[in-house]
Amino acid sequence: MNYIPSIGLEVHVQLKTRTKMFCACPAHREGDEPNLHVCPVCLGLPGALPTINREAIKKTVQVGLMIGSRIARRSLFDRKNYFYPDMPKNYQISQQYAPLCIGGALEIEVAGARKTIRVNHIHQEEDAAKITHLPSSSEIDYSRASTPLMELVTEPDMSSPDEALAFLTALKEILLCAGISDCDLEKGHIRADVNSSVRPEGTDRLGVKCEIKNMNTFRGIHRALTYEIQRQISVLSSGGTLRQETRRWDDDAGVTLPMRSKEYAHDYRYFPEPDLPPILLDDATIDAWRAEIPELPAARRARFVRDYALSDYDASVLVASRPLADFFEETARASSLPKAAANWVMGELLHALDEKSVPLSEARITPSALAALLKLLDKKTINQPAAKQVFAELFENGGDPAAIVEKRGLAQVSDASAIETFARQAIDANPKVAADYRAGKQPALMYLVGQVMKASRGKANPALAAETLKKLLA
Amino acid sequence: MTAESLCNLGFAEAARTLAAGETTSRELVSALLERCAALEPSLNSLTWWSADAALEAADAADAARAAGDARPLLGVPIAIKDLLNVRGQPCTAGSNILKGYVAPYDATVVAHLREAGCIFVSRTNTDEFAMGGSTETSAYGPTRNPWDLSRVPGGSSGGSAAAVAACLAPAALASDTGGSIRQPAAFCGVTGLKPTYGRVSRYGCTAFASSLDQVGPIARSVEDAALVYQTIAGLDPHDATSSPRPVEDSLPAIRAARDLKGLRLGVPAEYFVEGLDPDVAALVRDAIAQCRALGAETVEVSLPHTRHGIPCYYILAPAEASANLARYDGVRYGLRASEANLQEMYESTRAAGFGPEVKRRVILGTYVLSSGFADAYYRRAQRVRTLIRRDFDAAFAACDAILGPVTPTPAFPLGERTADPLRMYLGDIFTVNVNLAGICALSLPCGVTPSGLPAGLQVIAPAFGEPLLFRIGAAYQHATGHHLRRPPLPAVP
Repeated sequence: MNYIPSIGLEVHVQLKTRTKMFCACPAHREGDEPNLHVCPVCLGLPGALPTINREAIKKTVQVGLMIGSRIARRSLFDRKNYFYPDMPKNYQISQQYAPLCIGGALEIEVAGARKTIRVNHIHQEEDAAKITHLPSSSEIDYSRASTPLMELVTEPDMSSPDEALAFLTALKEILLCAGISDCDLEKGHIRADVNSSVRPEGTDRLGVKCEIKNMNTFRGIHRALTYEIQRQISVLSSGGTLRQETRRWDDDAGVTLPMRSKEYAHDYRYFPEPDLPPILLDDATIDAWRAEIPELPAARRARFVRDYALSDYDASVLVASRPLADFFEETARASSLPKAAANWVMGELLHALDEKSVPLSEARITPSALAALLKLLDKKTINQPAAKQVFAELFENGGDPAAIVEKRGLAQVSDASAIETFARQAIDANPKVAADYRAGKQPALMYLVGQVMKASRGKANPALAAETLKKLLA
Repeated sequence: MTAESLCNLGFAEAARTLAAGETTSRELVSALLERCAALEPSLNSLTWWSADAALEAADAADAARAAGDARPLLGVPIAIKDLLNVRGQPCTAGSNILKGYVAPYDATVVAHLREAGCIFVSRTNTDEFAMGGSTETSAYGPTRNPWDLSRVPGGSSGGSAAAVAACLAPAALASDTGGSIRQPAAFCGVTGLKPTYGRVSRYGCTAFASSLDQVGPIARSVEDAALVYQTIAGLDPHDATSSPRPVEDSLPAIRAARDLKGLRLGVPAEYFVEGLDPDVAALVRDAIAQCRALGAETVEVSLPHTRHGIPCYYILAPAEASANLARYDGVRYGLRASEANLQEMYESTRAAGFGPEVKRRVILGTYVLSSGFADAYYRRAQRVRTLIRRDFDAAFAACDAILGPVTPTPAFPLGERTADPLRMYLGDIFTVNVNLAGICALSLPCGVTPSGLPAGLQVIAPAFGEPLLFRIGAAYQHATGHHLRRPPLPAVP
């Protein structure tokens, strides 16, 4: 009997805003002393009231726009009621009945196959405080409490741990691209609750669901899902039944274990948050927010292929990082030589960055300098080897290619009579090779071209040298 | 000025007297402190007052005035309900669970008064977390009605009403969720305003029911109530439910108010039914007649869903309260009754910290929100709330403001209703619907019953109709003088 897994994710993303979700305390100060960034609101003091961080709403809506969700024109906050010390009010302000973004989807690709993963909705909520459990006490840092959180809930469309990972990777890509989150998993920027079930092949009804909460590494998610799916299949294959439950992943032991059910309460008694008015968004606002979203990697890849006649592969390499894609595009536009720009960015530039272990932001060479270099090469003012020398200098020290060429005397010799002189010298000095060429041995020409290059101290225009030699040997 | 005349000064009068140099803040505060010392043992209207702090603040105000500070309310004392945060002062909400808690910030309304130069010399007793109609659920003992010490002052702002009635303060801040300003004002013969929902910031007011709470003044005249109201009202960026509508200055109109010509005043048929004490009914009808004499036209209106207000309120308010009071758990502040383990800490802290009425409402509120019951109770009550609001909308098409009683009875004896919560709740019949509809209402003293107990006339106006309330109230007070009557307290030597 074959079993088909169904995986759904509830992804919590900390939004990259300056302040918290419902108060003006600074957000994202993970490194600071505990409980430094707190106020009556995020501490849940008597009399405190929440106010909405509009930047957080904007970022959540932008994610919805990026994945094709319907944006709610009227959205509500709700109180989610349960007791736990990491929640200052013992209710979380979240969205249950009218979330900001409804529907949407993200395309993934696994083993060459494309698949669409549907998103059920995206809603806004606030993060909890950070608890550290010690042997006989617990410490709570409320600096994290009320950090803006975006929760994205998928449909159970993923069928394997690889697909789950591909989804998270694709999501991370757009979050980074649009500046929604820094996606630093070590800082807890992304956490996911992972739901999985299995069903016999050929059936439609989903099996009993098991939830693994608060996973905070992609690798952990993959391992946990792999184990859990296998566990569920084992139980069912041996005639057992599964209980809907919440489990936790023990990374050291490599297993999921049942959780004590007490912490995760049953009935949240959701009701509309009376302290906050409905969020009303008009078309003008949504359009303005949409306009701020940069071009996404998939779209940019397609555009590179279309506008610059790049191959799919080349385009993929170039859009892998936004700075790289920007560098390429600026170079391509400034030089009007997209193919050459792609070759040099993917070739010389990446190689140099890798060799010197230098990030692109620290390279001294600028797109306009590279563009100028490519134009010199294209006009045949310099030849390929000379161009590589100029590139190396630009990479190390920055500067202007034309000046470097001048300073180092790298200008290519394209003067026809000079080339002819070198060519005749090469032919005269190498009669046997010349004879080989006349006898039909093509490679002999390259040897003679090499001789011309040598005689000209590398400055001869190699193509012109070849042409001249061919004419003289004809 | 004599101590008695100082204590009798109204809020606006005190400001004028101080500004004119006829007395100093220290003299005024000293007289009030003496009166507190003499009367508090029998009234218990204050949960906190500090002679040192009061005199220090008074002296600072006097010094500022001498240095040229001409702020109109400089050095005027005001009592604050023990629900509102005043930085550096205790804030107990009438509960054991906040015993010893010191407010680290000012409520916005307090900040406004402080900016205007007011000084905060006392905090007034309240039903625990504003839950009650008699101030008997306070963990700090009941307050007694200055008109009859064997009776309740009303609640939850019983402390504020009693203190103002007994001239322990020229005015007080209080809060009203289902009648908690208006009812004690009526029971104690003073003037109380429940502003339109959203008109006054709730930031810093310990929350009971978020969609119903409003902060408002209790004072001895409409002019005083309006002056306090105008100082505290307005948009607050800390309160997302506060309104950006500008606050009008009603004081000139109040001072000039002499008649009610041109006004149509509605009298709801549903308010004059069996259960309304005949003495109260008589005084309220007199008041209505007085309004006619002042030139108003009265019309009968109908508020058909009136009787659904109590069940509606006693579902919605506890529901919101059950969430608002969840934060009192022993973790960050206030009482922590045990540290054995998390569950122990939660249970023992809340068991020891909350009184029976609070527990009753938290349990009730949790129940009406719970899965399987929320539709039948919470969501249904929300729909009834809409019907109640529509009743008022329809009535206001036929009149400018509505007149009626504030309470079905005058102040009742201490202990009479503590064993009968339902009977206690039914006392809110005329006040809760105003909170449910989010509109504004004024409680005006309209005379004293034959047994010597005050009754209140309620004037209800549409949202943001405070200027109209003040006009009606001021004209009425100018013509009748009921608000000038003081309780028969022993003279303070």
